[in-house]
Amino acid sequence: MDRIPILRMGKFLLVTIQIDLYDRLATNLETDLVQMVSKTGARGVLIDISALSIVDSFMGRILGNIGSMSKIMDAETVVVGMQPAVAITLIELGLELKGVHTALNVEKGMELLTTKIGSYEDEELEEDEISPE
Amino acid sequence: MKIDIARLLQKKRSQILENWMTNQLADAGLREDLMSNDDLREQSDELLTNFLNIISDKNIGDSQSSDFEPVYEILSGISMSRARQGYSPRETGVYVFSLKDALLRTLQTELKDDPGAMIEAVLKINRLMDSMGIITFETFIKGREEVILRQTDEITEISTPVIRVWDGILALPIIGTLDSARTQVVMESLLQEIVESGSTIAILDISGVPAVDSLVAQHLIKTVAATRLMGAECIISGIRPEIAQTVVHLGIDLSNIVTKASLASALRYAYSLLRLEVKKVQNKHLL
Repeated sequence: MDRIPILRMGKFLLVTIQIDLYDRLATNLETDLVQMVSKTGARGVLIDISALSIVDSFMGRILGNIGSMSKIMDAETVVVGMQPAVAITLIELGLELKGVHTALNVEKGMELLTTKIGSYEDEELEEDEISPE
Repeated sequence: MKIDIARLLQKKRSQILENWMTNQLADAGLREDLMSNDDLREQSDELLTNFLNIISDKNIGDSQSSDFEPVYEILSGISMSRARQGYSPRETGVYVFSLKDALLRTLQTELKDDPGAMIEAVLKINRLMDSMGIITFETFIKGREEVILRQTDEITEISTPVIRVWDGILALPIIGTLDSARTQVVMESLLQEIVESGSTIAILDISGVPAVDSLVAQHLIKTVAATRLMGAECIISGIRPEIAQTVVHLGIDLSNIVTKASLASALRYAYSLLRLEVKKVQNKHLL
């Protein structure tokens, strides 16, 4: 069965979708990714869809699902490199991908994830500092 | 004895052409600036020759006959090109109806001894020329409409320029009413430019939009949402007081979109997002 590889890089998981997703592949990705998040304790998920040229409502929903699922497992999701046509299609379908962050490219997506998680960790750190007093 | 009108006219071809040209040249509205007299003569000659070659005793009474299609085609071509060149409908009309005049005058002189045959011939020619006139006008208007359509396309094309204001900041001034088709163009060109330039902030300036109704607002919200999906931030600027009034009265919720009153304040906001600062230089010699 075809699977999309999920790469682990430090606190983040990287997914690059290089082929057009069919429904089975997308549901597999959803399951794999959530399991991977739980297994590795990843804090951020970056999905690169720059090679994806066709998207339907199912695909849009899967992306939204991944975002929401990761969110409740304490990981931020960033979708990067969306094609203009894909963006227009998703909007026309009424899918705004709430709960998913977006960035132009992998570099900016990584930056976004780092700041998101970094700021959160700073807060934790501050709390830790304050609590002993 | 029955007179063959078609053959009669064919024999008198050069005379008819002369008469027609005289009629056309005599018209006060002749547009020598658009077409030289030689070109006009050539054009007229082509049409007349074709017309006279096709006309026969059989089809002369039937303007719908398929025999006339080549003539109608030539006529359509002439009419279409005149529409594009900027001839007025009257000038184009005069062109065809002066041919009718020339034909009738020839019939009048040739058949003056036989009033019965003359009336019959005149009626037939009249009907033929009238249908030619109608075709001329139909294609003339079609030609004009094509010109208008092309101009509309051009306006849509040029009226949505995406400007790179700063490294990473795009601005898109929208001028004129936003309809679905235009929004599509605006959205596509904006998203395309975001990808090409790698910009993270887009400013939609709507100070040139005369009125905002719920549909226009819907389009704007869509554009903003699509930009966000791409991973860029979209700011709407140029909200005039009247627009603010209508938007609130219509109950449109723009609260989750960043809106600014002017392009300047939108740009200032964009700078702050990119952590940029504009400073006044203290020492003017530095310039």
